[in-house]
Amino acid sequence: MPVNDDLQKAQRFREAALPYLDDVYTLARYLLRDASDAEDAVQECYLRALKHFDSYRGPAMKPWLFAILRNVCNAEYARRAHRPSAIEDTPGAAEQTPIWQESEASPETEVLRSRDAGAIRKLIDALAEPFRETFVLREINNLSYREIAEAVGAPVGTVMSRLARARAMLRAAWTAEEEQAK
Amino acid sequence: MTCDEARILLHALLDNELDAGHARDVEAHIASCPDCAAEFAAQREMQRVLADTNLRYTAPASLRARIEASLPQAQRQQPSRRSVLRGFAMGSAVSALAASGVVALVLRQDDQQRILSEVVSAHLRSLQAGHLTDVVSTDQHTVKPWFNGKLDVAPPVIDLTAQGFTLVGGRLDYIDARAIGAVVYKRRQHVVNLFVSQTSNTEYRTPKTETMQGFNCRRWSNRGLNFWAVSDIGADELAEFVDKFEAAMKANVEG
Repeated sequence: MPVNDDLQKAQRFREAALPYLDDVYTLARYLLRDASDAEDAVQECYLRALKHFDSYRGPAMKPWLFAILRNVCNAEYARRAHRPSAIEDTPGAAEQTPIWQESEASPETEVLRSRDAGAIRKLIDALAEPFRETFVLREINNLSYREIAEAVGAPVGTVMSRLARARAMLRAAWTAEEEQAK
Repeated sequence: MTCDEARILLHALLDNELDAGHARDVEAHIASCPDCAAEFAAQREMQRVLADTNLRYTAPASLRARIEASLPQAQRQQPSRRSVLRGFAMGSAVSALAASGVVALVLRQDDQQRILSEVVSAHLRSLQAGHLTDVVSTDQHTVKPWFNGKLDVAPPVIDLTAQGFTLVGGRLDYIDARAIGAVVYKRRQHVVNLFVSQTSNTEYRTPKTETMQGFNCRRWSNRGLNFWAVSDIGADELAEFVDKFEAAMKANVEG
């Protein structure tokens, strides 16, 4: 009976996908940097995921949901035509940023002060895409490099270099803020 | 290895993503290059601070409810008005019985819902630093006797390391105002708490998964014991855990 199939499918979907709601919402918050936009995107993501659940072949649910969320977020940015794309895969100016710079201060003596979560979130929010996305997927959503590559549709090598740049930029911004605070 | 390469690969080293050969290469470079060593130390420090900070967001309950509402509802189907009326049409004795049965069923589900939320809270508590285990051991012959005398039940402690779930220890917890045993397993970095309590009902109840606050909870009953397995691992993995636990338990009883 088709109605029953639908119910069973919905139940399987609920068990498989809903446990990741906080993960998906977290990623949406960092991608869109707005609470209500993130809510809308997550809801749309779950609707699409249910629609395509039949073609889901696993094994990992999380990267699959993330890939769908990315598409939703990209569409949202395309709709707001006056804003730049959320996640651009073409190398932009930020991609040319050197991974590291010789700093005058001796880095080995610098110890980062623990900051409250709000301050760190702001620093992460300030990262340019696609570095922010890669950083969040690794450091906050705990995906492996392979899973990140799967979710963003880029080779593992690209993931690695983006992550290195993201962390270098984050640390630079972090220490710069601490310098100012002094 | 050049510094440029090392500056990328040291992150993979930090993330445990390198195979042994590459890890050795990066470590050798770091050992011989003070600049890269400093960068490695600085990045490790930053990773530590980040790991100590909760940077995740929690989905608002209203969002969860909206998504739930948009799914075809399987569990919360209300009986149609007509079927309720048909119930009344049956003899009064039968419907009285049915009514009391319904009440019992409703109450029990409420009860189960409350216990489920207590189980999930206990799981959350256990994840706080230092709360996970009272007895730390990967040896089932250490963990099992530890429960002796502490509970009115001997929780089965089964090492499932070979099946991909590492036994890490045991703990006393409180559910439904009673002391209860918790056997703790790990799957990769994920904690699985297996709560065990006694029940007067010896019939087998098949495992059923429920989700609360993003955690999966699979509960079942067997041999006079109630079990709740709780974790943030996927529902399929949790089902695998329960299957393996039951299979090992069956083998123990029969062997």
